[in-house]
Order: sequence, then structure tokens, then C-alpha cells
Amino acid sequence: MNEAERADLLLQIYYYMRLTRAMEDRTRTLFLQGRIVGGVYTAQGHEATTVGAAMTLRDGDCIVPQHRDLGMHLVRGVSPRAVMCQWLARGNAPTLGRDGQLHIGDMHHGVVPMISMLGESLPVACGVALVMKMRRRSTVVLASCGDGATSTGAFHEALNFAAVQRLPVVFLIENNGYAYSTPNAKQFAIEQLAQRAGAYGMPGESVDGNDVLAVMEAVGRAVAHARGGRGPTLVECRTFRVRGHSEADKADYVPPALREEWLARDPIKRFEDYLTAQGLLSAERRREIEARVRAVVDDAVAFAEASPPPDPATVADYVFAPDGPIAIVGEPGAADPRYVNALDTRTGRPFCTMSQVEEAVTQL
Amino acid sequence: MTAVTYLEAISQAIREEMRRDESVFLLGEDVATYGGAFKVSAGFLEEFGPERVIDTPMSETAIIGSAVGAALMGMRPIAEMQYIDFITCGFDQIVNMACKMYWRSGIPLPLVIRGPAGGGTHGGPFHSASPEAWFFHTPGIKVVMPATTYDAKGLLKAAIRDNNPVLYLEHKLLYRLPELREELPSEDYIVPLGKAIIRRHGRHMTMLTYGAMVHQCLKAAEQLASEDGLAVEVVDLRSLTPLDRQTIKESVMRTNKVLIVHEDTLTGGVGAELAALLAEELFDYLDGPIMRVAAPDAPYPYAPPLEMAYLPGVERIVAVARQLAAY
Ligand SMILES: Cc1ncc(C[n+]2csc(CCOP(=O)(O)OP(=O)(O)O)c2C)c(N)n1
Ligand SMILES: [Mg+2]
Repeated sequence: MNEAERADLLLQIYYYMRLTRAMEDRTRTLFLQGRIVGGVYTAQGHEATTVGAAMTLRDGDCIVPQHRDLGMHLVRGVSPRAVMCQWLARGNAPTLGRDGQLHIGDMHHGVVPMISMLGESLPVACGVALVMKMRRRSTVVLASCGDGATSTGAFHEALNFAAVQRLPVVFLIENNGYAYSTPNAKQFAIEQLAQRAGAYGMPGESVDGNDVLAVMEAVGRAVAHARGGRGPTLVECRTFRVRGHSEADKADYVPPALREEWLARDPIKRFEDYLTAQGLLSAERRREIEARVRAVVDDAVAFAEASPPPDPATVADYVFAPDGPIAIVGEPGAADPRYVNALDTRTGRPFCTMSQVEEAVTQL
Repeated sequence: MTAVTYLEAISQAIREEMRRDESVFLLGEDVATYGGAFKVSAGFLEEFGPERVIDTPMSETAIIGSAVGAALMGMRPIAEMQYIDFITCGFDQIVNMACKMYWRSGIPLPLVIRGPAGGGTHGGPFHSASPEAWFFHTPGIKVVMPATTYDAKGLLKAAIRDNNPVLYLEHKLLYRLPELREELPSEDYIVPLGKAIIRRHGRHMTMLTYGAMVHQCLKAAEQLASEDGLAVEVVDLRSLTPLDRQTIKESVMRTNKVLIVHEDTLTGGVGAELAALLAEELFDYLDGPIMRVAAPDAPYPYAPPLEMAYLPGVERIVAVARQLAAY
């Protein structure tokens, strides 16, 4: 990578971090305005972790994200429009309004849809990785979970199975200090969650989750390890949940000084300072990026608001998939519409979670 | 051609599907080197290799969860539960992860979960489960239970080819039962999911049943014919989801009396739903109460006298059928 390419990459990372924050800020506003009917989870402070980790991936890789991973979705090309349709429960949302939040996925673009039961996605990540291994691919799976989810049985079963099978998975723990109101001290009795790796026979690393370049380095190493057929790694990113568990939670159980301390380490501000010091982020450049972020968010909200609600008559439709051939995702020709999993057979249209962010703006 | 057992039919179905379709693979505890606790997959490792016959850790959530992940990728995994009782350890992967996947995301999940179910083998409270009602109640999964060797093979092949999660319950009492040995067609066949079959025709009453209880009902029907002159129709549901409402209703419209028999416990069992369906839709056709024979509402017991008292058998079926016939 030459100097100019590196500068572009760094600005792209910055852009995604800003976009993630701006999307969530707008989501919060929509929630406060009563336009989002269900619970809203945001992840201020996680942007270095989610964006940094996802930036290490390539085509053919897969993410298995959780509820605070908007940054991963955006980096992997999930359309902000789709995200907003999902929040606003529109009939053209990826789940057709049947589910909310970031419970979206598209296997052809390597996004496994999460469920609310945290930790349960990790065994599923193993299955995706198992297929990559069977098909002799050099692709990898990036699967995340919170500090709370590390206490589930599913976490243990997944890490053990992945290690035994030497699966190409990177397990990413976003340790933000709390699981709802439960602090780390009531969640586990070890110093750092990365220590768990040793018990499974895989490498483990704990990294400053508010330093995007440090996250990229650590996750990048783990990804390279997995690509090389050397099996899974556990990477703990230490960050903090500076807001409530959900937007309905005041989080008055968090000591104010602790929150202040972490707010001062805001990952976006930190990266901004770094870029400025490197001479990469001029005031003008920054204004440009802000304008672009704003346009994308505005477009996503406008698109979602103009989208139709789901048709109540469809409520019990599509419980079962139709008959027909199924493609192995990632093989040549897998997008051929004769395959039941090539298009979303509920609508006959492509899985609608993906698009280039730029595309969304130009289509406006 | 040689007559094969119910267990061999299951084995044949998996083997033939694995030969036919490279996306089919088997994973579970002790399925590879050992060939499975009941030897369903004996010889598979040699034929298909360790990547398609996977010995897993003792880890039902990992087994079912990995099967879900592989199915998301377009593979057709078969996840074996060593005994179906252990399916509870992977329950969330089924009811929350798998069952809701297509409905909410549009991504099909061609996945089979199978394992030995049912009692009569002195397995006690943790090796005798009939777990069908939990899954029968859950939208998004198909549930089948073969009673014959022919069906064991045909239903499993259909389950493997289906694009949805299918719970395939094999009754372990039937695995090596000599009377169930059958010569199977040499050509490929399936038994479609969602189609019941009438095992014995009769005009005085319909017995609705499935799994090993089909054979108890057939024996009871024989006895009722010779001792009471009753012509009992025995309907083997084969699939619980999808349920063959048409065959059920047509039979009851002919016989006007229904006795539902299942090995699972009574309350909230499959029979309760069948009774509700018939009461709602065929009220005018019924010449007697809809009656049920099922296990009592208690966990499955171990000691032989307790097990005998617990399991529905010919004697109880005959007694209740006589009460019903008297209406
Ligand atoms: C298995 C499970 N149990 C309970 C919940 C309810 N719940 C939602 S989020 C949450 C805390 C999650 O904490 P953590 O894993 O640390 O993730 P974070 O929200 O901090 O990112 C809980 C208890 C859940 N979603 N899943
Ligand atoms: Mg947490």
C-alpha cells in the first residue's frame, strides 16, 4: 500500500465510523419522536471496534454480528436504507417488518441474521466456517458477542467446537463493561476475557477497543491466522457502553466518573486527532465527509419513511420455504434465480440488505 | 433383494442421499468412527470421509447451531441427536434460530434433525422421549415420525430434500423389530411430507395415530374385529407438520367416531390439537365424543411395571375403543 492508498483507507475508516455514529444518532431521534415502536440499541463508543474489525475482511468472508454492530454491517455494504426500513418496520425492510433492529442478513454478501438470544449466533458462525473449510476456501468468519454473552453455554460450545475443528473463525468480544446493568465483576471472575482462549486451545488477545488501528491490527492477525487454516482466535476489544443498555435505560447504575473517563476516550475523536496530526484530515475534508454522511442518513430516513408498511394480510405467509434447488453460497452460479436461495423467494426480489452507500445517495 | 430393518432403511436413506448430493452431510456424537450409538451410520466414515461424517464434541447447541450455519450456506446437514431426549440441550437453536429464519429473513434452511425417540426399551425418564408436541406447536419446522420400514426410508429422503428444518423422529423400539423387516424398492423413492396413510380400512371408527402406536392400534383393530365385529380404520399420520387434514377429515366423515392414540403424554399433546380440529370442523359428523389414549401426565418411568402401566398398549386401546363404540 502506498502513501495515497493508505490515506484513502484511513479516511474510509473514518467515514464509516462517522456514518455509524450518525445513523445511530438519527435512530435515537426517531425513537424519541415515537416513530420507532420497539427497543433501540445503539453503540456509541463501539465504532473503532466494529468498523475496525470489519475493515479486515474481504469478499467471500462472513460476519456474524450482534446488536451493537451497525458499524460492521455498514462496512460490509449493508444499505443504510435497509437499516432504516428495518427500524421503521417497513414492508420492504429485509425482514418485511417481521423483525426489528439489526436482525438482518444476506448470505450472498456474508451477513448472518442474528436473533435476540445473545451468544446463540456463535455456533451458527461455526457452521458457516465449517462449510468454508469443507469447500477449501480461504475465507473467514468474524463473529462477535458482548461480555455478557460470554457467560452463555452457546459461547463455550462454539469456541470449543471451532477449536477442535480448527475452523476459520475470529471470535470478537466487545467488552463494554456492562451487560445491561451487570458489570464485568458480576459477569466473570478472570482479569481479561481473552484469557478464556487458552482454555479452548486457541490464541487470545485483548486490545484497546477504542483505538481503531489497534483493533485492525489485532483482528487482522486473527483473520490471517484463520485464512491460513490455523483455526480460530479470540480477540477481546475493551471498550465502554457510554449510553444506556437501550435508549430507554438511563444507566444511572454506571458511576458518572467512569462514564466521563470513557467519554474522554471517544474512538472517533481519537481517530480524528490522529488523522489531523498526520495531516490527512483538513477542515475542508472533514466538512466534505460530514456532508456525505448527512446525505446518506437523510436519504435512508426519507426512503424508509416513504416506504409502505407491511400488509397485515401477509402475517402468516412464508413460514416455510418452497421446494426447489438450493445453491451452495459462494460457488459460481449461486445467484442463478432458479435456486431457492438466490433471491428472496418471499418477494421474488434480491435480498435487499445490500447496496453501496454511494448508490443510495445517487438514487435519491 | 433382502428384507431390511427399519434401522437399515434409515441408514440407506442417508447413504443414498449423501451419494446423490454432495451438499448432504452428517454430524453428531459418535457418528463417524463408532458409526452412531445405534449403528445407523456404520461404514459411513469409510465411504464419505471425516468431512462429511463428523464426530462432534458432546455439544448439542454446537451440533444444531453448526447445522444451521451450514444450511444457511446452502448445505443439507443432518444433525443426529444421540437420543432425541438431548434435543432439549439444543432447543433454542431450533425454535428461535432455525424455525424463524425463513419467515423473517427469506433464507431457506434445509436441515434435518434426527434421532431415536420413544419408549418401551427401559430407557427411563431421559432416554424415552416423545418430544413431538413441542415442535408440533412451533411454526417453522416440519415433524415426521415413520411407523414402517418403507416410510422410514422414504420420509427421511423427503426430509433431506426439503428446504426447511425437519425433525425426523425414529422410534427406537422399531429399529430392529423382525416383523418390520421389509423388502424395499431398488429404485429411488420418497414418501412425501404431509401425507397420512390409511393402514387398515373400516367403517365403525377411526383411530388416528403415528409412530410405534400404529402397530398397537393395528393389533387392537384386529382384536376388535374378531371379538366385537368392529371395523376400525387406522390412519397413520406419518407427518405431524404438515398435517394431512384432508385424509383425517375424510376418514372421520366416513366413520363418525374418533379415537386418537399417541405415546406422548396426554395434556397439550398432538391429540389435543386433532380433537380441536375435528370438534371445530366436523361437529355434525361426530356420533360420539372424541376420545384419546395417551401416556399419563407424568415423566417417563424406568421400572418395567411402571413402564408397562405408563405406555399405551393394546389392552387400553381396546377398552377405550369399546366405550366409544357403545355410543
Ligand atoms: C441469552 C439472552 N439472555 C438475556 C437477554 C436479554 N438481554 C439483552 S441484552 C443483554 C445484555 C447483553 O450484554 P452483553 O452481551 O455484554 O452485550 P452489550 O449489550 O453490553 O453489548 C441482556 C441480558 C438476551 N438478549 N439474550
Ligand atoms: Mg456488554
